[in-house]
Parts: sequence; C-alpha cells; structure tokens
Amino acid sequence: MYSDKVMDHFKKPRNMGEILNPDGVGTVGNPVCGDLMTMYIKVKNNRVEDIKFKTFGCGAAIATSSMTTALAKGKTLDEAMAITRESVAESLGGLPKVKMHCSNLAADALRAAIKDYRQKQEKKIEVQK
Amino acid sequence: MVGQETRHVYMDYSAAKPVELRVVKEMIPYMESSHGNPSSMHTFGQVAKRALDESRTKVANLINAEKPETIVFTSGATESNNLAIKGAANRNKARGTKILTSSIEHMSVVNACKSLIKEGFQTVFLPVDKFGLLDLKKLDEEIDDETTIVSIVYANGEIGTIQPIKKISKIVHAKNAYLHVDATAACGQVPINVHNEGIDLLTISSNDMYGPKGVGALYLKDGVHIASMLQGGGQERGLRSGTENVPGIVGLAKAAEIAKDEMRSESERLITLRDDLIHGLLDPVPYAFLNGHPAKRLPDNVSVRYSFIEGESILLSLDLMGVYASSGSACTAKTLQPSHVLLAIGLKHEEAHGSLMLTLGKQNTQEDVDYVKNLMPSIVKRLRKISPLTPEELKKQCIRTK
Repeated sequence: MYSDKVMDHFKKPRNMGEILNPDGVGTVGNPVCGDLMTMYIKVKNNRVEDIKFKTFGCGAAIATSSMTTALAKGKTLDEAMAITRESVAESLGGLPKVKMHCSNLAADALRAAIKDYRQKQEKKIEVQK
Repeated sequence: MVGQETRHVYMDYSAAKPVELRVVKEMIPYMESSHGNPSSMHTFGQVAKRALDESRTKVANLINAEKPETIVFTSGATESNNLAIKGAANRNKARGTKILTSSIEHMSVVNACKSLIKEGFQTVFLPVDKFGLLDLKKLDEEIDDETTIVSIVYANGEIGTIQPIKKISKIVHAKNAYLHVDATAACGQVPINVHNEGIDLLTISSNDMYGPKGVGALYLKDGVHIASMLQGGGQERGLRSGTENVPGIVGLAKAAEIAKDEMRSESERLITLRDDLIHGLLDPVPYAFLNGHPAKRLPDNVSVRYSFIEGESILLSLDLMGVYASSGSACTAKTLQPSHVLLAIGLKHEEAHGSLMLTLGKQNTQEDVDYVKNLMPSIVKRLRKISPLTPEELKKQCIRTK
C-alpha cells in the first residue's frame, strides 16, 4: 500500500529525536486521533540549521515527518514555510488517499515550529527595546 | 532490522485461512465430473443431491443439531447473520419489533440490525464488561415481550472472549425470544452443542474452519420460522434460493468433519502456543496489556496493546520481518475509526490505536511463536523511541484535546 520511498523513511527515519534547547517547537495532532507529531528546530542566519522530529502514528505519519525534516534542513525559514503536505507527499512518491489528511501533518508541525521561533524572536526584540 | 534471516509467519488466521488439502480433494470431483445440479432428476443431479444431503448431515453433526434439515447453506457468515436477524425479525413482526444484540458484534450483525432500525424496528446494543463478557443483568432488564430475537456472538474474533451462551439462552427463552448466535470465529475451535446450549439459530463460516471461502451455513432449530431474503427457485426449503454451491458445500462439510475429529487436539496445541505468545509479548515490555478475557478465550486468539505507539506502524514493522498480523487501530481501518469492539470493552481511542491482534492456526509452530516473541520487544522499543509520548506526556496531550 505504501511506496518504496515511504517504506524507506519508515525503516530509516531521518532526523529522528529531540533537540535540547530548541529555537522553535511545533506540535500538531493528538493521541486520540492516532497521530501526534512534534518538530524541533535550531535556526542560524535565518536558516533551519538543525531539525528533529518525534511522531506517534502510522507508517505514513512517521515517513512524512522524516521527509519533512529532510526537505527543511538547510532551507531558509521562508523556504521551509513553503513546504506543504502536498509537496511532502509528492517527495515520497505519493501517499494512499486516506492518509493524505490525517497522517500528513508534519509540514503543519514544521510551520508551527517556525512560527514559535519567530514569536520568540519578536518577544526578545520587545524585551531589548 | 537488517541482516537477519526472514521467515514467513502468518498469524492472521481470523482474517483468512488456507483451505485444507483434504478439503480441496473432496471438492474437486464436484467441479469436474460430478457437476450436476441437485434439482435435476437425472443421475448427474442425483449424485449432486446425495452430496448435498451428506454434507448437511456432516455439518449438523458438528454442532449436535437434531436433524440435517436444520442446516441451510448460504454464501458465508455475512449472509447467515443477515438471514438470521432480518429473517427472524420480519417473520415475527406481528409479535414484536425489538431486537437485542451486543456492542461487540461483527459488522454483518451491526449493520443488519441498523438496517432494521430504518424499517421501524428497535435495536438495543447491550454493553459488555472490560473482558468483553455480555452484561447479563442488562440483557435481563432490556428483554421484554416485544423482543423477538437476540443476537450474540459466540466468541468475538478480535478479542477472543467466549460468551456464556447457556446462561444467555435461559434469559432469552424465559421471554420466548429466539437466540441467534454468530459462531463464525468459534465454530470448529471449541465444541458447540446447539441442543445443550439452547441455541435457536447459529451462523457457521466455512473458511474459518479451513474450508473454502464463499460458503457458510445457518442452523435453524426445528420449529423456528424466518422469512427468506432471496426470491427464486425455492432451494434450501425456500429460505435461500439459488442453485446450491455444491463444491463449496462439500468443502464446508469436509472441513466440519475434520474439525469434529481433530478439534480437541488442535485446540490444546493452540492454547499452549497462544499462552506462550501472550506471555512473550507482554512480560518483557512495560506498558503492554492483554485485550479480552485471560481464560474464557478462543484457542487461536492473541490480542494485546502497547501504549505510546500505533498499531499500523507495528504491523508494518512486523510485515518487514515476515510476520503477518492485524490491528484495531483506526489507521488500518477504511473508516479511520478504531475498532468498535475495543472501544466497547472500555479502551480509550489512544489505547485502541496501539492494539495488535495475532490469530494462530494449523501451520503455526513453536518456532513461529519464538520468532515473534524475540522480534516484538525491539519493534516496540524502536517505535517508542520515535514516539513523543511517555506516560506523563500522554496524559497531558489527552487533557489538551478534551
């Protein structure tokens, strides 16, 4: 039911784990639905210098999380913000239709992490003022 | 996951079983040379008719039915369940329109009952306890003179819990209702005696006894009247029109005969493997639990759940290692809803998502069990490492979403 790329990322997830003292964190989904993912980012010179994920969910949830981190790493924040569920699914060689919405939340988690980082930055600037 | 020798361990026998070679051999002549229609008066027809009669006797013998004519052949358990429930409800509409069933039935029972609600019948889905045993007090409270049929599964295939059919029957018969029992998963694994257990209608599946798919039977106690669903040539006492699937029926009968002879020894063997596997899956892993009843359990059924991880990712990991199983997780269901059976025994959604069901069968050996036992702890460990959930985090996240 899954493409070879999905299975590859399921078997060998890229950037799996946590970042201590991350610059931004984003969590989407919930355990009741069966999918929960958290993205951690480190930002340097407006780029995603490091990114890690943790995911509770099905094979598609794990693979999309992994692929999202692979796509985001090294990108500028604006480029990373442009990563969508569709582009993640496309990079994985497609996903089963039923998995497109419930298990493909990693791009949302990434955007939440970037927003979290930007909010923290704004606060810092305000404090400095 | 690399570098190990991959075995093929099929542990999804409740989803589908291979057909016994002895069964296949019995069926072949009725597809080739003895291909007659049992309704034909000539010799070819009479050979097929004789095979049909003998098959009826064999199936009747398996469940201690009073006579062969109580067996109606169908296309499988789904049809038998539909025919039993809709047939009994419609035929006895003048007497009452209430139907009782449990909250852990197969979808063919659930949806047959739901379709009757649209026709003006009242259906009550009775609760079960945390082991999956029917709440007999609730049954006693709900059953009344309007109740014509009560449909209860003999043993649920997902959690394996065996119901106290004799006790249920006493309550049902005290109100003169019919008791229909879906014995799809149980028949052929545990001895069933329709006479002693007080069963009025019983659903039997062929493939669940190592017979071919696409055939089943409905036992109808002498004197129990139901309406037919198919109109046609009046085969099967007018209850199931359509030319009989003679090869399939012969296969079902042979499977029933083998089950009767070998059930005791095979079930003993499976129970040993089952209990060993249950311990092997639960003991070395923290936050691992059994679903269903620890003792009143089908010999083939192993149903467990692991906290903080999700069933489909367990299945994928097992599949990569050559182990074939199933899960009640929403992610493996077409509906994206966790199994209604697991929710009915009181599991929360997040608990049902982590369920794993392994059903054993004739080709499984101790080596298979050992292989799965050895594999499981590392699979759970890996997925838990990927998962953000911990005991504390799970509690926090669930509160957040409520």
